[in-house]
Amino acid sequence: MIRLYDYVLSASCYKVRLMASLVGLKLEHEAVDFHPGLEHKSAAFRQMNPAGTLPVLMDGDLILTESTAMLVYLARMSGPEWLGPDTPQALAQVQQWLAFSGRLAASLGRARLHDMLLYPGDIDALRRDGHDALRELEAALTERRFAGRDWLVGDAPSIADIACFPNVALSQDGGVVLDDYPAIRLWSLSIRSLDRFVEMPGIHRLHELRPAPVEV
Amino acid sequence: MIAPEVLNEWYPVAMASQIRAGQRRQTQLLGQPITVVLTDGAIAVQGPTGSFPVIERFGHVWTCPGTPAHDLFTVPEVDQPGRRLVDVGVVRVKCSPLRAVENFLDIAHFPFVHTDILGAEPHTEVNRYEVQIREDTDEVWATKVTFYQPQAAKSAEVGIVTEYMYRVPAPTVSVLYKTCPVVPGEWDVIGIFVQPLTEELCDVWPYMALFDDVTPMAELIAFQQMIFLQDRSILENQIPRLLPLDPGMEIPTQADLTSIAYRRWLKKRGLTYGAQMVAA
Repeated sequence: MIRLYDYVLSASCYKVRLMASLVGLKLEHEAVDFHPGLEHKSAAFRQMNPAGTLPVLMDGDLILTESTAMLVYLARMSGPEWLGPDTPQALAQVQQWLAFSGRLAASLGRARLHDMLLYPGDIDALRRDGHDALRELEAALTERRFAGRDWLVGDAPSIADIACFPNVALSQDGGVVLDDYPAIRLWSLSIRSLDRFVEMPGIHRLHELRPAPVEV
Repeated sequence: MIAPEVLNEWYPVAMASQIRAGQRRQTQLLGQPITVVLTDGAIAVQGPTGSFPVIERFGHVWTCPGTPAHDLFTVPEVDQPGRRLVDVGVVRVKCSPLRAVENFLDIAHFPFVHTDILGAEPHTEVNRYEVQIREDTDEVWATKVTFYQPQAAKSAEVGIVTEYMYRVPAPTVSVLYKTCPVVPGEWDVIGIFVQPLTEELCDVWPYMALFDDVTPMAELIAFQQMIFLQDRSILENQIPRLLPLDPGMEIPTQADLTSIAYRRWLKKRGLTYGAQMVAA
């Protein structure tokens, strides 16, 4: 079974949990005491991942330490349609967004760790960088809407969307609100409406779109 | 100017194990800068004009920026042999420290905020329970609270009707006792220790003393962090920012009895830091 070294509040770990659920793969979860224990910085953990970061995905001899690589792996294993269209343009665009998701983690993700778990950082600069990235994403999604498309690449959701979604959806945890980004908010609703979507603390399921319970 | 009633209480300011490991914590208490350090093997809290008294209890460092009006509360259950003591770690929340406590006392939000864990639709009804301000210890207590829970604890495998008791033993602390899924007849103990940085900003230290020999520590911590982080975004959006202590326009229901008692108790004792006195 594929094993995920996991932390419940991590946006990058959630990215992998969400992808696994969307493609119907069951993972074995190994909880790591990221906070307050800093277990990911321990010597034992660094044996597995010298970078001392989460998540880590292990499948037999394969060890992955970059969450975007994990998305590729899970999609290729169980839901190849999530890799996006098989054209030179689309493949390159997906790579573009996977790399872009790193900018979201380095800005919005760091702002969240600062505000929530007291990580050091220049909070104003982190939020400013976060807004810069969000403006770029907003512009891209708006153009996609004008072209009649809901997703970042192609006609269907792909690993590009899943890579970018968590740190955007959690931005308020770091004091960045999405009020000024209507295309992003609509895109986020589209992702939360997917079959087999799973939530995490700070990203709620769509109560408002679900039918009311029968016995009220 | 902060009221002496507020200054003379005990507040949590650090996790003891982190200070003992040599970390130095520069933080705030009631708007004043403080430093928590290890000096000559003892934990000290330095305020702007000198040292504050220190108590190390429940894995955390407690201090009082005034003259302590009484000892820090105790929880005898914590010392029972066989309990796992879990320091869950700090989480910062942009809310009134009193709102963080009040939210912890609320049961009605379980099915909506902690969906499929601490509650689930359609089991949303809060049954009758009892609330009192105990004269002898001057604490708020809610007892005979019952609620249906799909996953009451990390160790719970099926949905159970959980019984709760809630207790407010200090102005920014609440401790609850809930049905222990693995040892019948015993209570699991879960607390939140809230450090008031300012009237609208707090550091929250969840804490647990559980009977559970099986679940790895990292999973116990993750479970409680998951629960508390589900509350955090709600807390940061509550309006008004300060906790109203006058009834005003809010209409409490049966389910809010504990909250009402907590607000009355704060008002009676003059514990108004993080509160507003004029109706919203």
